[in-house]
Amino acid sequence: MLEAAQAAEPGRSLWQDAWARLRRNRMAVFGGAALIVIAGLSFFGPLLLSHSYEAQNLVLGAAPPSGEHLLGTDKLGRDQLARVLYGGRVSLLVGLAATAVSLTIGLLWGCTAGYLGGRVDAVMMRTVDILYALPFTIFVILLMTVFGRNFILLFVAIGAVEWLTMARIVRGQVLALKRQEFIEAAIALGLRKRRIIVRHMIPNVLGPVAVYTTLTIPAVMLLEAFLSFLGLGVQPPMSSWGLLIKEGAEMMEEAPWLLLYPAAFFTLTLFSLNFLGDGLRDALDVRASKD
Amino acid sequence: MALLEVSGLRTAFHTRDGVVRAVQDVSFRLERGDTLGIVGESGSGKSVACLSLLGLIPQPPGRIEAGKALFDGEDLLRSPEHALRRIRGRRIGMIFQDPMTSLNPYLTVEEQLVEPLLIHGIAGREAAAATALAALKEVGVPDAEARIRDYPHQFSGGMRQRVMIAMALIAKPDLLIADEPTTALDVTVQAQILELIEHEQSERRVAVILISHDLAVVAEVCDHVIVMYAGRVVESAPAATLFRAPRHPYTRALQLSRPALQAAGSELYTIPGMPPDLARPMSGCAFAPRCEFATGDCTRSEVRLEGVAPEHASACLRAQRGEIRVT
Repeated sequence: MLEAAQAAEPGRSLWQDAWARLRRNRMAVFGGAALIVIAGLSFFGPLLLSHSYEAQNLVLGAAPPSGEHLLGTDKLGRDQLARVLYGGRVSLLVGLAATAVSLTIGLLWGCTAGYLGGRVDAVMMRTVDILYALPFTIFVILLMTVFGRNFILLFVAIGAVEWLTMARIVRGQVLALKRQEFIEAAIALGLRKRRIIVRHMIPNVLGPVAVYTTLTIPAVMLLEAFLSFLGLGVQPPMSSWGLLIKEGAEMMEEAPWLLLYPAAFFTLTLFSLNFLGDGLRDALDVRASKD
Repeated sequence: MALLEVSGLRTAFHTRDGVVRAVQDVSFRLERGDTLGIVGESGSGKSVACLSLLGLIPQPPGRIEAGKALFDGEDLLRSPEHALRRIRGRRIGMIFQDPMTSLNPYLTVEEQLVEPLLIHGIAGREAAAATALAALKEVGVPDAEARIRDYPHQFSGGMRQRVMIAMALIAKPDLLIADEPTTALDVTVQAQILELIEHEQSERRVAVILISHDLAVVAEVCDHVIVMYAGRVVESAPAATLFRAPRHPYTRALQLSRPALQAAGSELYTIPGMPPDLARPMSGCAFAPRCEFATGDCTRSEVRLEGVAPEHASACLRAQRGEIRVT
């Protein structure tokens, strides 16, 4: 009976099934929608504003929200709305780019180590262990002092840390996958290692990886905020949510709006990403699916 | 020249607990179009022997320590990886035990069926798709035109095994290795799958190695059967002879263990004791501790597979001497 019911839906891949499940998850849908709105505002919003994020108006100083400046201005009289939106652009970009870096390295590293196994695996994973043991802050400070404060370095520094966990997750998945008969069957059909990894391994580990990715983006954004807060990340007059929160915290009592709005945007984004990640994990969990 | 001639194959696994001698001194030959059955209980080395041929043993810990496997004149055990890759899937097809896990869940049946044709350069994309459809029809998947675009989880176990068979045969191999192809399936489906393998075999004149722990299955389908125990061949004979007149106590014990042969209500026959630990060195016959015919000599003397009748060899010392008749 179950067979008949399944056969009635022609050609539905596991991905399509997962998508249908994801769409039924309200929190995930809300998270996804909120993210799209925030990203849209961050990337296109600044184009529509009459104020630039760096134009100062020292006479105005830190002014509360008004018709002219919807979210008020900071102590140098810069439009806070423009700064929040522009900061969102930077924060999201750092999040995406650093996650992409960690994803690429982690996926390839983990797949290779897991699939080849033996000594290669041991060497590769011990490398990961050693890098894990490096204190992150010291590593970043080192990078910043050696190469100077460079925006690109931020991606590198964060990506260089985040791929470690990704590599471990992927390797674990690949180890489990390697014992599956369809991988053995693929070898028995005469496929090359590279084709097996790209066509048979990677699609099968993408589920957990997709979940971990959505959870990495907020972690990365937090790191960026943390670094900017310490003064190691994004430098003024550029802005990022972390930087704005730091500046806002300094003037928390006189001008609470400077802390409130960037913090609200940041929190909403983190929540959304986490909801989406949770939803994805549930949707892709094969054990929870109908067969 | 035989299509496949294996002699003195020895495979061992070097594990932390010692060296597990999974396959010891296994030899057999297979002519084109013939069917060879390999029977034995779990851990008897039957699968490892066949996986060794295709270089599918994970190395390390596995290691092929000795032997030759001439496939069409080429020694598989000494072939480099790239040469083996050209043989796998193209000249030797393989079917695995569990059809639930032997298909990639993220690819459609069509994508998986055309893969061997594409990677071996047998057909272009379009021709491969046509061949795939024909192959799927051939193995009896109903409504093949629509089902070919389905994913494995939309098929039942029996249908998946049919897909596996189609995939293993699609490149028209000379040899098909079926590793317990019916073990994971329903009894009713088992018979259909066996029939399908038989049918494909007679149609294409492909040689088949059928690995099974079910003596009856093997006796029905195969021309010649070898029985393995603890990594060694203990008996080798034409299927009919082996079934009617086994010359090794283990073969007989296997036969007696079949529920169908026992009177209703009687307690099921089981072979006393456990298979030996292959990591420990043993002397004499590995089956002796469980054998009702064993004497002191059995554990002391070296046992070898020796001819006891034309085309019939047994590794039982006492059967070789004519001291016992196990039937």
